[in-house]
Amino acid sequence: MYDVAIIGCGITGAACAYYLSRYNLKIAILEKHNDVCCETTRANSAIIHAGYDPEPGTLCAKYNARGNELAKEICEKLSVAYKQIGSLVVAFSEEEMKTIGVLLERGKANGVPGVRIVEQAELREMEPFISEEALGALYAPTAAIVNPWEYGLAMAETAVRNSAELFLNTEVQGITNENGAWKIKTNGAEIEAKYVINAAGVWADDITALVAEPDYKINPSAGEYYLLDKSEGTRAKHVIFQCPNENGKGVLVSPTVHGNLIVGPNAIPSDKDDTSTKTASLDFVREKAVKSVPSINFRENIRNFTGVRANSSTGDFAIGFSAENFLDLAGIKSPGLSAAPAIAEAAVEMLGEKGLALEEKADFIDKREHIRFKELDGETQNRLIGEQSAYGRVVCRCETITEGEILNALASPIPPVSLDGIKRRAGTGMGRCQGGFCGPKILDIMANYKKYAYEDILQDDTGSYILTGETKSRRDA
Amino acid sequence: MTYELIVVGGGPAGLAAALAAREKGLTKILIIERDRELGGILNQCIHNGFGLHYFKEELTGPEYAGRFIKMLGGTGIEVMCDTMVLQVTRDKQVHCINPERGYQILEAKSIVLAMGCRERTRGAISIPGTRPAGVLTAGAAQRYVNIEGHMVGKRVVILGSGDIGLIMARRMTLEGAKVLACVEVMPYSGGLQRNIVQCLEDFDIPLYLSHTIIDIRGKNRVEGVTIAKVGPDRKPIKGSEIDFDCDTVLLSVGLIPENELTRNAGIELDPKTNGVAVWENMETSTPGVFASGNVVHVHDLVDYVTGESKLAGVAAAEYVKQGERSRKNAITVKEGKDVGFIVPLYIHREAMDAEIFFRVRRIFDKSVITVKDGDKVLAQLKRAHMAPGEMERVKLSRRLLDAVEGNEITVYAEEVDE
Repeated sequence: MYDVAIIGCGITGAACAYYLSRYNLKIAILEKHNDVCCETTRANSAIIHAGYDPEPGTLCAKYNARGNELAKEICEKLSVAYKQIGSLVVAFSEEEMKTIGVLLERGKANGVPGVRIVEQAELREMEPFISEEALGALYAPTAAIVNPWEYGLAMAETAVRNSAELFLNTEVQGITNENGAWKIKTNGAEIEAKYVINAAGVWADDITALVAEPDYKINPSAGEYYLLDKSEGTRAKHVIFQCPNENGKGVLVSPTVHGNLIVGPNAIPSDKDDTSTKTASLDFVREKAVKSVPSINFRENIRNFTGVRANSSTGDFAIGFSAENFLDLAGIKSPGLSAAPAIAEAAVEMLGEKGLALEEKADFIDKREHIRFKELDGETQNRLIGEQSAYGRVVCRCETITEGEILNALASPIPPVSLDGIKRRAGTGMGRCQGGFCGPKILDIMANYKKYAYEDILQDDTGSYILTGETKSRRDA
Repeated sequence: MTYELIVVGGGPAGLAAALAAREKGLTKILIIERDRELGGILNQCIHNGFGLHYFKEELTGPEYAGRFIKMLGGTGIEVMCDTMVLQVTRDKQVHCINPERGYQILEAKSIVLAMGCRERTRGAISIPGTRPAGVLTAGAAQRYVNIEGHMVGKRVVILGSGDIGLIMARRMTLEGAKVLACVEVMPYSGGLQRNIVQCLEDFDIPLYLSHTIIDIRGKNRVEGVTIAKVGPDRKPIKGSEIDFDCDTVLLSVGLIPENELTRNAGIELDPKTNGVAVWENMETSTPGVFASGNVVHVHDLVDYVTGESKLAGVAAAEYVKQGERSRKNAITVKEGKDVGFIVPLYIHREAMDAEIFFRVRRIFDKSVITVKDGDKVLAQLKRAHMAPGEMERVKLSRRLLDAVEGNEITVYAEEVDE
């Protein structure tokens, strides 16, 4: 019997696991994919919002500002790539200047530190490539960029190191309540728990429906992106948003923590699992983006991707108990990534009020190391190579990732089972060649380390096999 | 110790440059190679057709590379494999790293950049659809099949008709896969004519010109693609869609010179090729730093890489022994209409001769290449046929260079009537 079962290990589930694992509790995390954070958490704008956008009084507003503060601390403790670069909401007309004035007031009401309006001259100094038509902007210095996937992974890993149990490839099929305990039927083990947290992202309403009539509905909305090479990474210095108007929220242009440039998203209703890209959407994103930064060179694009937002029909986060000791953390749309730790903090408190015993562990591990070899000085690099020669072998040439870092990923608390799992942990294949050169080498390293058959190594999720057998010459050899 | 020459890259370009410099009297030469063996991409090119011009015989890629590797024997040229160069500076320091020696900074009197090129990926052309396994570049597939001995799919559609794509169409077929189509967005192939015949036609693989992939399907592994005909604006034409059930998409959609080291060193690049901007002796904007092979421009035949790289090696030796060449009164080479790019961009006024390489932007039938100094015609060469897939060469002799009065010459390609 677990004290708490968390359904879904995206950013929300991972944050809950991280917060709960500091108490003497038996925790199960159920994740249907073969790795953590495989849906919305890995395909979004990668931004920790400052918190001026949500209307005061909403849960979005409440948890965004608090989540922003917590993100900074957590990323530092858990070695997550994070940079507080500030954001700009750019206005292109007098009408839009008025709108950013409203956002300024909202920011103040939401307790966002340091928000102010910058005029054209200062804006141009802050962003040399900004459109000449930009009149001014709302500047929020506390907005940050983050590696969202690593943020989720780091919290999930820390929970696992603190004894939370992660069940991957485990899809929830039914939930019943027997004598006050929840029984969760899955494609694998049956899990019994006193409390359940539903953090199933775009699928949250389907999970709620297993225990009660949901009082919200997830209306999934797809957003598509361009990720450009580092050669375009200096095209923006801050997160550059466009002013929301009757035609929507506009698209953003921002550097990423890896030094690339991210451009997007649009917003169109979609299926929950449709992460395909579409020409019309990509064209829309391009067209909108050059309004802010006309000189973006889209020839330097290295990847397109689509994320699906878990928008709730209530317009706000849908947080509450849908049954006794069954807590929904649903509708975690933007600013969900920013709000996640604040939501988790609140969830722990809500479970505590329902009688969950919150007794702190004496030996809680609240740190995580991640060696990023290329960021170290020459002396430290030589020391590491001396200790383990694999650090001297650069496997991913575009991102300068060493074999040592790949071996670290393979030995980590939530070991990767796919090339993309290594990519997300070590950073291989993230660059301009997109794994063309290093893919075969990493496959070899994985096969040797895990004693896997080559044909069993996956690109990403279950079913994403890479190889279909041996060549004739290898078979005959 | 200061090397007389450090060559970055141990593929065909680096090998030829090092050997040529040795022949011209340099003795302290180092080749740095990131892979575990020399030879570069030739090692995975197990088909024949290499060396017809240079050796006057037909070799496979590994054989071609093998000849040069053998020539290293007894030359005293040092080789450091499994070593990644992280930085090259304009004062000719080479920062590199390997498992045995760790992080090192090496000094050189001259450098040849020979890092080759990489393939354009799916992102570069924003192919819409899902992102399953089974979409890979033709070169990556070639490595899996020819070096690692793994097959990457059973039913294949190839996008792009560059040479590697064509070669892989044949290779996958010989390994038992079904290649359903080769799809090319342009109205002509980007590859060599001999590869169209030997790799597609001989195996009855249909080539769809003026077509592109407009959708990739499959959640985890490719399940199918849709292609469509494109108009002159390269936009898909509604109603022309064809679906294929396939598990693999190979991309052969262009090569990009790999110039991150060059860019970080602040050495001039040519935005048209993304290659290093060079003089006729393969010198870069930084005296004493040379470049050759696919890091300068993408070649169709390795034989030409060898020729060009020997120039770079000879010039590096000359630089070390005799010092810098004067750049005064340099001749700039410009491309005329329908000429895609030119290599070299600059010619030393005192050069003994200069070989100009270029590619045309479209198909030409009976045509003429003209090199002009203002309105004055310096040279004219007839061609029966020109295509973007095939590199053109024009040799300018000392006598022709002497005739250049201005500081600029232009290369034109024009059709001629009978």
